Amino acid sequence: MLATKQQQADNKMMAISTTDLSLWYGTFQALFDIKLDIKQGIITSMIGPSGCGKSTFLRTMNRINERLDYVRISGKVDVMGQNIFAPEVEILQVRKQVGMVFQRPNPLPISIRDNILFGHNIHSAGKTGKSEEGEIVESALQQVLLWDKVKDRLDHKATALSLEEQQKLCIARLLPVKPSVLLMDEPCSALDPKGTEAVEELLWDLRGKYTILIVTHNMAQARRASEECIFMLMGKVIEHRETGEMFLTPQHQETADYIEGRYG
Amino acid sequence: MFEATRINHKNLSRQNMFRLLLGGMTALLILPVILVLGTLIYKGAPVISFEFLFANPTNGMTAGGIFPALLGTILLVIVALLASVPLGVAAAIYLSEYAPDNWFTRAINIAIINLAGVPSIVHALFGLGAFVIFFRFGTSILAASLTLAIMTLPVVIVATRESLQAVPMAFREACWNMGATRWQTIRRIVLPNAVTGILTGVILEVSRTAGETAPIMFTGAVFFLPFLPQGVFDQTMALSLHLFVVSTQVPEMPEAVPYGVALVLIALVLLMNSVSIALRMYLRGKKKW
Repeated sequence: MLATKQQQADNKMMAISTTDLSLWYGTFQALFDIKLDIKQGIITSMIGPSGCGKSTFLRTMNRINERLDYVRISGKVDVMGQNIFAPEVEILQVRKQVGMVFQRPNPLPISIRDNILFGHNIHSAGKTGKSEEGEIVESALQQVLLWDKVKDRLDHKATALSLEEQQKLCIARLLPVKPSVLLMDEPCSALDPKGTEAVEELLWDLRGKYTILIVTHNMAQARRASEECIFMLMGKVIEHRETGEMFLTPQHQETADYIEGRYG
Repeated sequence: MFEATRINHKNLSRQNMFRLLLGGMTALLILPVILVLGTLIYKGAPVISFEFLFANPTNGMTAGGIFPALLGTILLVIVALLASVPLGVAAAIYLSEYAPDNWFTRAINIAIINLAGVPSIVHALFGLGAFVIFFRFGTSILAASLTLAIMTLPVVIVATRESLQAVPMAFREACWNMGATRWQTIRRIVLPNAVTGILTGVILEVSRTAGETAPIMFTGAVFFLPFLPQGVFDQTMALSLHLFVVSTQVPEMPEAVPYGVALVLIALVLLMNSVSIALRMYLRGKKKW
């Protein structure tokens, strides 16, 4: 009894906590009994060779995978202590609370301002006043360090920005609805080294306010830009530890091999 | 070292031969268009006048104007659009954005494409049976327009569906991942970006509707009316049928009149098409992704 209470308290500290999470695409099993606890407010990275299930795991966290009707999921996923597969859960709320950033920046083909306000507008009843809108836009863009660059052209099309700016905008547009978790699926792989550096800097800036889970193919990036690291292989979690430790003294042979570039 | 070999010569002469052949075919294709337009303008232009466009026909249609037919065609097109655009666009949105991708949806899509291939005289008989007789609309603008609407519905649906599908999936994913419903995604992002293509489809439909004869012949268009239609339950004259009548049914018709009618009809269609092209260019200039 006491133990379960203790466990619950522990779970509350976790942003994401999964138990026996398995996922099938049709007959292909992509995730095997994933048990993971991802701490609140820090940056956790996920590494592993292509097809190991990193992105699938990410896409399960905001339930976007279920759009495909051949996807089957078993197990339990708690986000901020709440089971997201519980019957009373509204999918739209899950997606609002758990924001997603994609590999390829995908700003909407509307103005910079409207991109930022999009999430806010779809989740609010009625109209928002002009001054409040202004504050929302400024605060979101300030948080992603983009305000000074774009404040004079908020009415320009977002698709005309540089890739780095687009990606920052894609992060910024999640913030007005106050998400608790930000999922990032290789957010820098379309960016040049300078853009990558800028986005990594931004991650450290957002750390603490949001729980960030970032999938990356770039091991140097995992090392630079995360506090904990998860190594996945063939749909299973092999290792999950503090990033520095994992890269210095991996506990598993597979992890060591991957980190040293023997496969991947 | 760099001189042409026999093989080069052979390949080059073959290449020239095909260029000539393909170019010749293209020229052959343009020729009829020029001839048709040229003949119409040459023979029909002399009768075009303010009176020809805006007066009633007189003297057994051999004199006077074609106003009732011109107005009738415009009315038929407008009523047909009012019926087919909402219906077609709604169906296309459902098929493209909501319907699951299964055999049933695919069967519907194939049926729609096949519907576009049904001869217009078959649509005419369907319209006669369904709208004139079963729904008791009588031979009227309403019955004729609905027949035209049914006939052009596939064009609207296919054009709309294709322009919806041309909107990149990434935009939808971005919306869904922020917790937007399908409808919010469609309303705020997909439709605004597809509207160019939808409009193009609609205007193409207009030009086709304007020229059709068979579907309106039994359902609402008549040879001659001494008055203008007062409502959608009245019969009407129409340019396409009028052209048929003045070309074949009226003795001692001055030769220029049928050419004049044809010229007006073609001008109407070309006008609509150029509006479509202009609109598309304008909207495409504003779009960027």
